[in-house]
Amino acid sequence: MSRPEGMRSNRRSLQVKFVPDEDVLKHISDDAGTKVRKDKAQLSVNVKRFVKKLENISDNEAQEILEEKNYVAALGICAQDAVGNDSHISGSEVFSFQTPKRSNKMAELASELAQTPEQNVAPDHSKCPEKMAKTPQSSSNFMWAEIVWKCNLKKKEFVSTTPYRLRKRLAAPDPYVESESEYSASCSEEEDEEEQKEVNTVLSDQKTPAKTKAASTPPPRNSLAKKIKEQKMGNLVEEYFEAHSSSKVLTSDRTLQKLRKKRLNQQTLHDLLKNAPLAYAAEIRDLNQQHECLFSKWMLQLHLGFNIVLYGLGSKRDLLEKFRTSLLQDSVHLVVNGYFPSITVRSILNSITEEVLDHIGTFRSPLDQLEFITKRFKEDSSLELYVLIHNLDSQMLRGERSQQILAQLSSLPSIYLIASIDHINAPLMWDQAKLSLYNWLWYETTTFNPYVEETSYENSLLVQQSGSLALSSLMHVLHSLTLNARGIFRLLAQHQLEKKDNPSYPGLSFQDFYQQCREAFLVNSDLTLRAQLTEFRDHKLIRTKRGADGVEYLLIPVDDSTLTDFLEKEDEDV
Amino acid sequence: GCFVFKPSTKKRRLSDKTAHNFKSTSNDSEDTELRFVTCQSLWNQIKSETEQIQEDLNKQLLDNLVSFLSRSHSDFQEKTTEWTCRMKFREIPTAALVLGVNVTDHDMTFRGLSDVLQDSITPYVALLEAKDCPGIKNLMQKLMGQLMNCDIDVDSLEDEDCVQVSQNRIRCSMPSLISWYENMTKKSDSETPSRKRNSSSRHWQSPPVVVIFKDMESFTTKVLQDFIVISSQHIHELPLVLIFGIATSPMIIHRLLPHSVSSLLCIELFQSLSCKEHLSTIIDKLLLTSRFPFKLGGKVLQVLINIFLYHDFSVQNFIKGFQLCIVEHFYSQPLSVLCCHLVDIKERVYSLSHDQCENIRRLPSFRRYVEKQESGKQIELLTNDSYLKEETEKLLEDLYVYHENYVSILRCLHVFTSSLPKYPLGKQIRELHCACLENRVWETEEYESSLQLARMLNKTDLVTMLQQCVEILMSSSGKEFDRAVEKLKAFLTQFQNLEEASQERDVSVSPQKELQKKTDLYHLQKTLLELKESRRSKKLTKFEMLRFEVVDYIDSLVRRYLVPAEDRTLHEIVYFNAATVLRGHLNAAPRTALHTALNNPHWYLKNQALKCDGGGISNKAPDICIVYKLHLECGRLINLVDWLEAFSAVVMAGEEPNADAASSDQVDDVIHARFIRAVSELELLGFIKPSKQKTDHVARLTWGGC
Repeated sequence: MSRPEGMRSNRRSLQVKFVPDEDVLKHISDDAGTKVRKDKAQLSVNVKRFVKKLENISDNEAQEILEEKNYVAALGICAQDAVGNDSHISGSEVFSFQTPKRSNKMAELASELAQTPEQNVAPDHSKCPEKMAKTPQSSSNFMWAEIVWKCNLKKKEFVSTTPYRLRKRLAAPDPYVESESEYSASCSEEEDEEEQKEVNTVLSDQKTPAKTKAASTPPPRNSLAKKIKEQKMGNLVEEYFEAHSSSKVLTSDRTLQKLRKKRLNQQTLHDLLKNAPLAYAAEIRDLNQQHECLFSKWMLQLHLGFNIVLYGLGSKRDLLEKFRTSLLQDSVHLVVNGYFPSITVRSILNSITEEVLDHIGTFRSPLDQLEFITKRFKEDSSLELYVLIHNLDSQMLRGERSQQILAQLSSLPSIYLIASIDHINAPLMWDQAKLSLYNWLWYETTTFNPYVEETSYENSLLVQQSGSLALSSLMHVLHSLTLNARGIFRLLAQHQLEKKDNPSYPGLSFQDFYQQCREAFLVNSDLTLRAQLTEFRDHKLIRTKRGADGVEYLLIPVDDSTLTDFLEKEDEDV
Repeated sequence: GCFVFKPSTKKRRLSDKTAHNFKSTSNDSEDTELRFVTCQSLWNQIKSETEQIQEDLNKQLLDNLVSFLSRSHSDFQEKTTEWTCRMKFREIPTAALVLGVNVTDHDMTFRGLSDVLQDSITPYVALLEAKDCPGIKNLMQKLMGQLMNCDIDVDSLEDEDCVQVSQNRIRCSMPSLISWYENMTKKSDSETPSRKRNSSSRHWQSPPVVVIFKDMESFTTKVLQDFIVISSQHIHELPLVLIFGIATSPMIIHRLLPHSVSSLLCIELFQSLSCKEHLSTIIDKLLLTSRFPFKLGGKVLQVLINIFLYHDFSVQNFIKGFQLCIVEHFYSQPLSVLCCHLVDIKERVYSLSHDQCENIRRLPSFRRYVEKQESGKQIELLTNDSYLKEETEKLLEDLYVYHENYVSILRCLHVFTSSLPKYPLGKQIRELHCACLENRVWETEEYESSLQLARMLNKTDLVTMLQQCVEILMSSSGKEFDRAVEKLKAFLTQFQNLEEASQERDVSVSPQKELQKKTDLYHLQKTLLELKESRRSKKLTKFEMLRFEVVDYIDSLVRRYLVPAEDRTLHEIVYFNAATVLRGHLNAAPRTALHTALNNPHWYLKNQALKCDGGGISNKAPDICIVYKLHLECGRLINLVDWLEAFSAVVMAGEEPNADAASSDQVDDVIHARFIRAVSELELLGFIKPSKQKTDHVARLTWGGC
């Protein structure tokens, strides 16, 4: 209505962005909420009123576009630098702050990447300024309509791209989206542009005041973008705290469970990855061969009193392993897998004293042990030791004391240390004193190898934990308990499984549990049960909660599938 | 209730002990052995030189400290009145040693100090570090251990005593320390001292016990306080002297210790040489000398100095960087075999192999040289090895001479520039050196402006500078400077003559004095204007002319001798210029490397599919790059489901061929697995961490970036 001409001409160059419907809804309503909170001018806003909402949304969008301008500009800078020399990438790029992007941006980028299989991704967001200026209800079907319309225009391009498939996939599991997609399906019938426009005009008719505002104040993008860039430095700090002050985080509520995706366990994951071909194997091999040329140089520099630290993307384990097999076969060396979850400095020192120095006996403290090692190495100049540490920056070794001890160890003239680091903040482990003890020479060895070993330990995986560790720990503990105790635990587990469909299940109350246990002849008094429960609690097998009525509820903090597995295993045993 | 499960046994491998042969630089070219030996001997020379310098620089400080210690000690011995007075206040004599922020360099100072002390004053020196002393108990343990050990070294006790001492360690307390001390002194005195009366006589022989706190700031206050209070209780039995190593400022003592404790100390302050002066001396002695054949290029020196100034102020690190330069140079440059002292050059040049001769011919500076020669000589140089060798020897000798002259003239120039206002060419000689190495210094603006300023110097300054220059040139070994010295001396005598002449001219100035008689403002103005007119038109005075001449002469010297090394033929043999390599090894930026790898994988993986000019990444990039790129679009929390779907969308678009086949409802298992891997890799790299704020979310740990 306000400017149909402009809309039309713009539509020609519109790009299709895939945004999960739910997300859009979620984002728009949430976002509007926060925006309102921030905006002091709008003190008495009813978030439910569409007019206000639209205003906010359009504001947001204008801002968003500007941000993206920045983003694109930054990309350009990045490219220039990368072509020149990678060491000249300015720090501000690597460490800069930016305003937080919203969750649906990821989907947008994904669709961009997906749509342009051969081309590079240089998103031109400036061309879709009013892409999102729609009402919450209509946004989803409007998006679909857009996609479909685009589909018709550029059919051959679109056929193989993902959003369509993604949509299908999305539509299947989620009932909420299901209804939405029905809606959009009806929309997709409308194939011509006129219809499209109609939808648009109808929408804008409904929400005239907001729409006019959005349309009448087209942001002078270029000048503003420039301005923002200038202000960027000053605002960095504010932006950071602004983003971190709000406790509310705007992300979609979807969970992996809704995806009906079975969780992969370690073994299947491993198998799957083994079958998946490694991309760019040839290039990676070339890269690694370049690094292998440095082996003799490393050797020389180690002997001259330097220690070597390797950094860069990709697992350096194979590289070090190759170094070890090719050059260290004839000498005493120690390989430390830092990524191993239970490694400690003490175990490193122990293996030096016990296996390298053949010393039998214990030490009161690691410092004593270190002193002993120092003394031995100083006394016996023929003694030499190569120490290879994979992931010096791992969880277990990054502590100040561990690093201090390792640094002192590495400063011994006849101990040659070669280590790898991966964490982006790894250099923060070392202060000047430690750095001078370590006497590092840095080598960039970007290998692009997958971190197979390093991430293979259960606790380094994120969500897709198979739970096998929890299961084995359950079994382990239970096996050390009496038969009665196992029975008690079984009772609780069965009860919990029966109630697994009830999401608000608080746990089994103590009294009920006691009754059941008595009936099963597992305990004869309140006290024995309590004693048993204390033991469980100590082993973190159960958790107790006190309800609102003061009743104690018992819960096993293990997910249902693990529990089922556990019961099955138990049945086998019995 | 902690259970540890070990999914796999730790891999520890120990291969059999066999002495391995040192195999140095094993790249293909010959002379590696010789090169390595040269490199090692050069490094050893430089190392001993630096140690010598350090010792010399610390000498003053150590002397002061030693005299302080003996003084505080003599107080115990002689002045009984003062001693009793001190006893009343229980003050411990303390030396506060302000050493500067370059903590890593302090070790050497302390080592020197304890050596000196053990030689001249007392065998009982203990060095304590904060990291060894988390509690007073550890401190006492450490202290007694060290004291008793050094005692064993000095007095050479029998073995049984040694064993006994180490067993005694378990009971570490002040009384045991005192009784040990009494034992020791008793042994040396061979007399039985009664507890209190006789003590003064015992102190005559008894040396003080020196306890050095290496890094006072990092000690826990409680430990320090306790130690001071306890030992002040026993000061009449144990002549204790404390030395605090301080990195910041002496104020820290009062901040760390409350008044009640610090009043137990009798503090004297000592200041060590600043690290910047130390560095200047090092540069002066190592780089601005023709003693060592190896030279640093301008950029390399700049890198080293920048690391020093902007990162650590550590001279130790500077020397480490220097060592690395030497190693790199001898490792990577096959011709560095010629980087040796002048006496060896001839022999080494003539033993060069044909390949090495080819190497020489390939040097860019040598090529430039050849191009300038006439054609007959060109052919000779390029084909005849023995002719080439002769020429090389000559060129290397030239290079050597060039260095000698360069250093002398550089010093002369520095005499001039270091006194100019605002120091256009830098205050320190190292800055001037860098400027001269980088490019032709006389073409720079700074040089121009400093010459202009030099033309305005007054006579006394100019004369003293000229005298300094003469001294520098006289002391230098260069043979070409005889004429320059003569010339400068001539200038000096001219200035002398000028002085006499100007005295005569003083009389002629008198007409101007008439000015003062005129009181009329109008006339005054008029005469002043006239005077100004006349002065403008007036020819330069003799002094000014002479000044111009001097400056021009200096300029001509600069243009002649301060040619940047890169213009010299065969400079590659002695100059190390790989500044980027050096920076990469010493001052690496791991995060930048990660950033590049994730954002622009094509930088590392030279595959056309990855190449894109927009700076973005294609959907064929390695998984981790895609996942990284997607996560950048998110705020503080990332929904894993969204992430996974976005990832699979991108990946499946990238793998078009079988796109139709895999049109299942669910995300492909393989893609799922790849996603898991990529995400856990990002977690390992520290970009994300699991979050409990919301189910199936991870938290971003970095902020922004692209």
